[in-house]
Amino acid sequence: MGLKGQAAILGYCELPPQRKLTREPTFSLEQWARLSKAALDDAGLDATDINGIVTPMIGEAEFFVPSTVTEYLGIDANFAEIVDLGGAGSAAGIWRAAAAVELGLCDAVLVTFPGTHIVPTDERKPFVMDDKMYFGASSNAYGSPQAEFEIPFGNLGQNGPYGQIAKRYGHEFGYDERAMAKIAVDQRTNACATPGAVFHGQPITVNDVLNSPMIADPLHMLEIVMPCQGGAAVVVGNANMAKKSKNRPVWITGFGERVPYKTPTYARDLMTSPMVHAAEQAFSMAGITRTDVDMVSIYDCYSITVLMSLEDAGFAPKGKGMDFVANHDLTFRGDFPMNTAGGQLSFGQSGVAGGMHHVIDGARQIMGRANAAQVSDCNRAFVSGNGGIMSEQTALILQGD
Amino acid sequence: MSTYALPKLSRPLPVPTPLTRPFWDALAERKVRIQYSPSLDEYIFYPRPLAPRTLADDLQWREISGNGTLYSYTVATRPPAPHFAAEGEMILAIVQWDEGPKFSTEIVNVKPENLHLGMELSPVFTDYPEGNITMLRYEPRSGV
Repeated sequence: MGLKGQAAILGYCELPPQRKLTREPTFSLEQWARLSKAALDDAGLDATDINGIVTPMIGEAEFFVPSTVTEYLGIDANFAEIVDLGGAGSAAGIWRAAAAVELGLCDAVLVTFPGTHIVPTDERKPFVMDDKMYFGASSNAYGSPQAEFEIPFGNLGQNGPYGQIAKRYGHEFGYDERAMAKIAVDQRTNACATPGAVFHGQPITVNDVLNSPMIADPLHMLEIVMPCQGGAAVVVGNANMAKKSKNRPVWITGFGERVPYKTPTYARDLMTSPMVHAAEQAFSMAGITRTDVDMVSIYDCYSITVLMSLEDAGFAPKGKGMDFVANHDLTFRGDFPMNTAGGQLSFGQSGVAGGMHHVIDGARQIMGRANAAQVSDCNRAFVSGNGGIMSEQTALILQGD
Repeated sequence: MSTYALPKLSRPLPVPTPLTRPFWDALAERKVRIQYSPSLDEYIFYPRPLAPRTLADDLQWREISGNGTLYSYTVATRPPAPHFAAEGEMILAIVQWDEGPKFSTEIVNVKPENLHLGMELSPVFTDYPEGNITMLRYEPRSGV
């Protein structure tokens, strides 16, 4: 079932995240164009090679987003897709692009995720603080289950629900806060080898993490992602495009995805994340095992997301993830390289483009372009995406020739 | 970023729909009433027109005890939205009713250090006349 590994990541662009924007603010559509051009230049492909796009939702269009994008860039797209899967959207966009390529719909597809939310305003077009700004991923529309049963009880945003998941995990399996902190510490080591990471040059210790403010018991501030301004784009193409590209092709050989609920309250078993299905399908499709991968890039909005993804993707036994983390070196030079560019925790999370950090982390390693953070002889990567509150998850297997 | 004025932000209250109204009407009477699917042999929450998974068209409203246990919680030291700024520290919880379904709520009348998962809880009903609505929260069950 699934992909045959005939579509590859050929180039990418990832803006260095900024906590405070110093770049000129531009609209999402402008970002879409510039990020795409940079990724095409990186791949060594021409804009006229592109005949497909995948986009997230953007600020300048509530409806008809894909056609707005293709018109803006002048692309005659055979495949124009919007993905609305939050942090899973990037990985989800990559497999959709690969599928479009393998179906013969497209030679090359742009998967571009603008991630700079500060956009120009005008007194006639002011920035409006509406429900969407206040309640984020929860809908306050009349008739929305979130408007009626979540928002009025304060069950909104991310910190609270992720704190609830971590609390439940501790109840069922035990909790080692030093192991949880080590996730952030090892990733910070990787960020310190990655120029452009928002926390480059700022190593931390386990005690630093545990001494940072408690935000949503048991999660500390340094276990929680830092919102940034940035953006990313990836070019996916077929074998002919791979020949034209100047980079080592990174073939997409497996994927899985599961989207079972919106609010974790309604998970049938909150301790079994959708990653169980997503990762199993990805590995099965690629025909490789967990021990075959040379690095992993795990969506890391919170330390608990990393921990449970490691377990549910099959790298650690259920309930033993903290032992696994404590007993492995997760840095780029370690025995289990993970989030080798710092992850979003230490590289920075550029909004919905944050998920692309993990796709590009895997691609960069396989292309051999990670410089000081390069994992030696890196040919296979596992990449995860996570949207909502561990409620929509995607897995990818990436492989070099 | 300076071209907008902050509106007055009050705590958001639920607005029942025609389909969900029996749940909220029951809360006003200090009762908890949710849906049950005979073909699934399960209670379900939140209210829907058809049973989740099977889409069976057999949902019935039934009163339940309202009692539950603490499935999980977190202490929100910062308001989850500016609308909650006046609330102070909130205990955001998932309560599992004795009949099965889980419910997003708050735990009140207890210090966080006295909470433990699995503890038995009782309903606390609070009327909000300004919204013509009754909210359901939980507190530790007395005598346990």
